[in-house]
Amino acid sequence: MIRYAYIIPLLPLASFFINIAVGKRLPRKGDWLSLATILACLAMSVGIFLEVFRAYDPNFKYHVVTPWLTVGDRFTLNVGILVDNITAVMLLVVTGVSTLVHLFSIGYMHGDPRYNRFFAYLSIFSFSMLGLVLSESFFFIYVFWELVGLSSYLLIGFWFEKKSAADACKKAFIANRVGDFGFLIGTLIIFVTCGVLGYDQVFQAIGEGKLSGTLLTIAGIGIFCGAIGKSAQFPLHVWLPDAMEGPTPVSALIHAATMVAAGVYLVGRVYPMFTPDAFLFIAYIGFITLFIAATIALTQNDIKKVLAYSTCSQLGYMIMGLGVGGYTAGLAHLTTHAAFKACLFLGSGSVIHAVHSQDLREMGGLRKKMPITFVTFLIATLAIAGVPGFSGFFSKDMILAAALEFGMKNPHHYILFFGALFTAGMTAFYMFRLVILTFFGAPKDHHKYDHAHESPPNMWVPLVVLAIFSFSFWFKSPFVEKGWFQTLITKPATVANIARSPAAPAPMEHAAVMAPAPEVVSAVSHGTSAPAGTPHAASPAVHGESPEGASHGETPAGAARGAEAEHEAHLAHKAHAYAMYSSVAVGALGIFLAFVVYSLGWIDPVRVMSALKPLHTFLQNKWYFDELYEATVIGGSKALSRGLAWFDLHVVDGLVNLAAQLGVFVSFLVGKFDNYVVDGAVNGLASATIGGGSILRRLQTGKLHHYVFVLAGGALVIFLIKAF
Amino acid sequence: MTLDKLLVIAAALFCCGLYTVITRRNAVAVLMGVELILNATNINFVAFSFFLHRMMGGQIFAVFVIVLAAAEAAVALAIFLRMFSTTGTVEVDAANELKG
Repeated sequence: MIRYAYIIPLLPLASFFINIAVGKRLPRKGDWLSLATILACLAMSVGIFLEVFRAYDPNFKYHVVTPWLTVGDRFTLNVGILVDNITAVMLLVVTGVSTLVHLFSIGYMHGDPRYNRFFAYLSIFSFSMLGLVLSESFFFIYVFWELVGLSSYLLIGFWFEKKSAADACKKAFIANRVGDFGFLIGTLIIFVTCGVLGYDQVFQAIGEGKLSGTLLTIAGIGIFCGAIGKSAQFPLHVWLPDAMEGPTPVSALIHAATMVAAGVYLVGRVYPMFTPDAFLFIAYIGFITLFIAATIALTQNDIKKVLAYSTCSQLGYMIMGLGVGGYTAGLAHLTTHAAFKACLFLGSGSVIHAVHSQDLREMGGLRKKMPITFVTFLIATLAIAGVPGFSGFFSKDMILAAALEFGMKNPHHYILFFGALFTAGMTAFYMFRLVILTFFGAPKDHHKYDHAHESPPNMWVPLVVLAIFSFSFWFKSPFVEKGWFQTLITKPATVANIARSPAAPAPMEHAAVMAPAPEVVSAVSHGTSAPAGTPHAASPAVHGESPEGASHGETPAGAARGAEAEHEAHLAHKAHAYAMYSSVAVGALGIFLAFVVYSLGWIDPVRVMSALKPLHTFLQNKWYFDELYEATVIGGSKALSRGLAWFDLHVVDGLVNLAAQLGVFVSFLVGKFDNYVVDGAVNGLASATIGGGSILRRLQTGKLHHYVFVLAGGALVIFLIKAF
Repeated sequence: MTLDKLLVIAAALFCCGLYTVITRRNAVAVLMGVELILNATNINFVAFSFFLHRMMGGQIFAVFVIVLAAAEAAVALAIFLRMFSTTGTVEVDAANELKG
């Protein structure tokens, strides 16, 4: 099955072309075609996953390449696919969520005038994402990266008659382009220094030291910029809430499985090449995002906006998890989040479909009207809130533990853990606020309430399936210490700053909270905290520059290293325990507060709101990011354009006009010269000829006698001259 | 009979011909003047040939000139006929179209 992995992206591509060309004339407008191809992809992904799972090897890798473009003998661009454990999991996530979204869309988009085009777009979105997941080089991931950007543009702006949708898709595209530019720069740095683009080749080249130091950090941050754009991280997160203007299934697809996952996947994919500084950057970007987005989500009244900001926040968790060294944690959260966030979005779609409103203030009491939607939504909410037994607990806990462990090693960065923990409480609070306002209490708008009804089966079946996957036992049985996910997805060895270290996964990993490689950590404390007072910096084996500090303690070179590794494991264990207790406590507190405020009414939200009026306004307006960008970036661009327009109008046009006037003037002079000198010469010659002619013509009298007389006279003259 | 007398006769004849050509208006008369001039030269040819070289070259040349004069008269008279049919006159003063 794995040999045929290349077929997976091709199927939706074929479906896209058929649907866009003749979809309108197909029976049922071609929705079955898209659904069938994505189902086939799902089946193949399941097959590949089972194959990978059967191997149960953390280092599993299926990698085929074939030369595609050869430039002289200097460079060959390969085309190929790479399937390893992350790819297999991602394939499953993408095709799974995509299939359910297709199924849901059949009900949700029913009767839309551009029904067939919607399914064509869904197909190309799936194609782009599957190609991205399967690509094996920076070049092809960039190609598919842009394709994802394009298809998101098409889908977000699907209802382009609405101005807000048209604006939102442009915003998403432009924000993504900004990030992609960084990605391009990173890729170009890699290409210029290493001369290759395949992941393995690049990692090898970096390991050989072809790209190192600050330039490697810049390349890593550049590539991470792509993830900032796609995964809606802090400076570029503004597009994601606006992307809610697209149809709700699209929101589910973008936010759960495809687009935003791409950024996190990219960071996971190129994980070995990040330097400690780049990791720190990544961690803080993730941290800022998760905090800001969560605070905004607290105050929003649009059901989809709340979910959008929660997505933003959860993506911040993933990115931060990856940044602090929790490789498995970040990717686990990506996977679990895909299921429960898709469930939440599709659930909100079901609610919107029922009440024809997105405003939380017009809902309430829908629990009784839409029992299936309510239960599945609740399960997904429990998952995102991190309640034990649900998938979100499994993954978020790992991230918090990784952050705590990072903080233990680098006390300067404790804020990452405490901020994330606080945000976990906020997450629980705003998600339960959403659930309570939507499903509990008395209906606020009776007219809408009376018309509400449970959605048809093709809409609630996806909800149920996704809700089932929101339980944690799918990822890790409660009875074992380490689930399959943690076994299969292990952190790759870093290649940065290390001379030729074999990629060694760490077997001692506890709860997948792999300590960042020792030298990474020490370099962080070295580079950023000058005193180097951490216990690790003191240990002799760990030093940013020492080349043999590479291995993760798997091949301990000495007793010191063994003790170090033991200490790491101990630390990880401790961190995990602390993180688990604190996150459960904080989550429970958040849920409790939500009930206190919005259900039991012990605290009046309106009074809290008015007491914290400035803060509330600040959050309600999303930290004024849009206004800030409007004033700075957009205003700056506009001012720049105006300046350039002025420059164009006055300086460039002035120069052109001046040149034109000079030309006119010179032509005038040349004209005069022509008129008077050249023509004068010609005319003068002519009139001289005429004058000469009019004088000479008198000689020609036409009288024969004259001629003869002159002839004779001439002869006489000659005779006389001869004679004398 | 000496060469001198012959040359004088020829010169007188030449002057008569020249006078006729210059003064006469009728084209035919002009043509007659030309004949006189030609004959004056013929006399010169024959006289020089007879007195100076004792050879027949001059006489032969004179015969050529007579033939030439006949041909010339034919062509000239044809021209006059065309002229008369075009302008209605053979006055040479009327043929002034080449006047500049």
